[in-house]
Amino acid sequence: MSLSVHLQHDLPDIKLDLSFDAPLGVTVLFGRSGSGKTTVVNAVAGLLRPKAGRVAVDGWELFDTNQNLWLPPHRRRLGYIFQEGRLFPHLTVRQNLSYGRWFAPKHARRENPDKVIEMLGIGHLLDRRPAGLSGGEKQRVAIGRALLASPRLILADEPLAALDDARKAEILPYFERLRDEVSVPILYVTHSAAEVARLATSVVALQDGKVVRHGPASDVMADPSVAPAGVRAVGAVLKVRVQEHHADGLTELEAGGARLFLPRIPHQVGEDLRIRIPAQEVILSSKRPDGLSALNVLEGTVETIRAGDGPGAIVSVQTPAGPVLARVTRRSVTALGLEPGKRCYAVIKTVALAPQDVGGRLSPA
Amino acid sequence: MGWLGPAEIEALKLSLRVSFWATLVTLPFGIFMAYALARWRFPGRQLLNGLVHLPLILPPVVTGYLLLLTFGIQGPMGKLLGELGIIVAFRWTGAALAAGIMAFPLMVRAIRLSIEAVDPKLEQAGATLGASRPFVFATVTLPMILPGVIAGSILAFAKAMGEFGATITFVSNIPGQTQTLPSAVYAFLQVPGGEGAATRLVVISIIIAMGALLLSEYVGRRAAARVSGS
Repeated sequence: MSLSVHLQHDLPDIKLDLSFDAPLGVTVLFGRSGSGKTTVVNAVAGLLRPKAGRVAVDGWELFDTNQNLWLPPHRRRLGYIFQEGRLFPHLTVRQNLSYGRWFAPKHARRENPDKVIEMLGIGHLLDRRPAGLSGGEKQRVAIGRALLASPRLILADEPLAALDDARKAEILPYFERLRDEVSVPILYVTHSAAEVARLATSVVALQDGKVVRHGPASDVMADPSVAPAGVRAVGAVLKVRVQEHHADGLTELEAGGARLFLPRIPHQVGEDLRIRIPAQEVILSSKRPDGLSALNVLEGTVETIRAGDGPGAIVSVQTPAGPVLARVTRRSVTALGLEPGKRCYAVIKTVALAPQDVGGRLSPA
Repeated sequence: MGWLGPAEIEALKLSLRVSFWATLVTLPFGIFMAYALARWRFPGRQLLNGLVHLPLILPPVVTGYLLLLTFGIQGPMGKLLGELGIIVAFRWTGAALAAGIMAFPLMVRAIRLSIEAVDPKLEQAGATLGASRPFVFATVTLPMILPGVIAGSILAFAKAMGEFGATITFVSNIPGQTQTLPSAVYAFLQVPGGEGAATRLVVISIIIAMGALLLSEYVGRRAAARVSGS
């Protein structure tokens, strides 16, 4: 386990009390605002002193209240990517990038600046100042600055929350590359299910300062009882392979022998991907549907039905492509006679599969 | 400067020297005090704030008299400095001390405002990138408050140039030693036929004050533009 976190802290509204161990890769802290996510990251960074706890990276302790050990932030070897970028306005992009590098121990300077600049595509910005950059460019520079500090742990606190959808789509691939190419654990805070589906190696779902679920993205996100960001965030994560790009603007995916179509994505034929299917975009049918405009129909058997207090229920259907979740009304459950073991068809509207729900595949998930 | 008499030139040069040193020596203390008041929470902070501002609201003659009591030859600080071979009473250094103390609140106010305008989140970002507190101050805070520091210094310099009450009470009005520009104006007005010299010094005072104000505006704008990155 490369990152180990134990924390207790009293916030005005909630009591934070949590522990988790995270493997290498991206650990996503997932929860609605006010669940204590940012407090966790700030305690790990040393910007906030918790009442009690211990945090260690690869066995190296950042603090341990039992031993009265507390490293100040500047000795924790971090790369913190903030929501608002927090670039230094009086320095050029080049100087911002080298800032963390000045303070990193010489023997620890792993990252090659030229490579990082190329990876982030910010070579043409080096002599500009942050005020002259777009939101997406600022965030790319912020990623580079954190990376060039040669950190032992990368922290990211909702780094995309301040960006519009187009900019989000521009930045997400860089986080995927960080995850896949940099051998440093990443603690990533978000309340976006789409970001979880794309990035998470493991997910720690927080609610009111407690860990309610911890595990691979496909497990945690498929559990409607967690639903940290509300029932709308519930969705299945499927592993797929790009099969063919069709001339009519669709891309055909293959998943366990089943075919899925979605609006064209930029990925290569043969590439392995993860794709998130929001439960509220899935319709269930007890008979093979006929005369429907939806292209994606997966046959399967009902596995579980979870109903809450409201009118809705989340039905998990085992299909050849993997488990698919559908959000339907309890009335429909009765009308269709749905029960575990029953055959049914999951219908997914093609355009409901948005490109931001598609990400590179991860080995452990 | 043929139109100025030797006594007037002497007063002008002395005032420039006094104000220069008063500003330069006060500056590090001013930055430190402004930072402490803006960023640290400690018991007695309001009291300290009041003390710093005291010279601004006390009658200058009172400040001068208090200086005389503490830094005079018989005063506790005066004795201490005297043993180190530094005598400020009735010397130009004493005039600089009085001018520095009187200008201190103006300097602290200007710098404190600019420190409060720096987002502490940027300083946190510096810390997470490996910079210790002093380095964060030197590489993030100080460059960003530079406009305020410059404006505060120019303001303090101008105030020091005009300081009269505390100076004359503390170090008297000795030509060539403690007779600064305002003291000289006062002295010339006391003797018959001195109005010409007084008027010339008044004109110089106005030019210096206006010049300082314009310069501080200009430098402040330039530095602000540089810092904000536009």
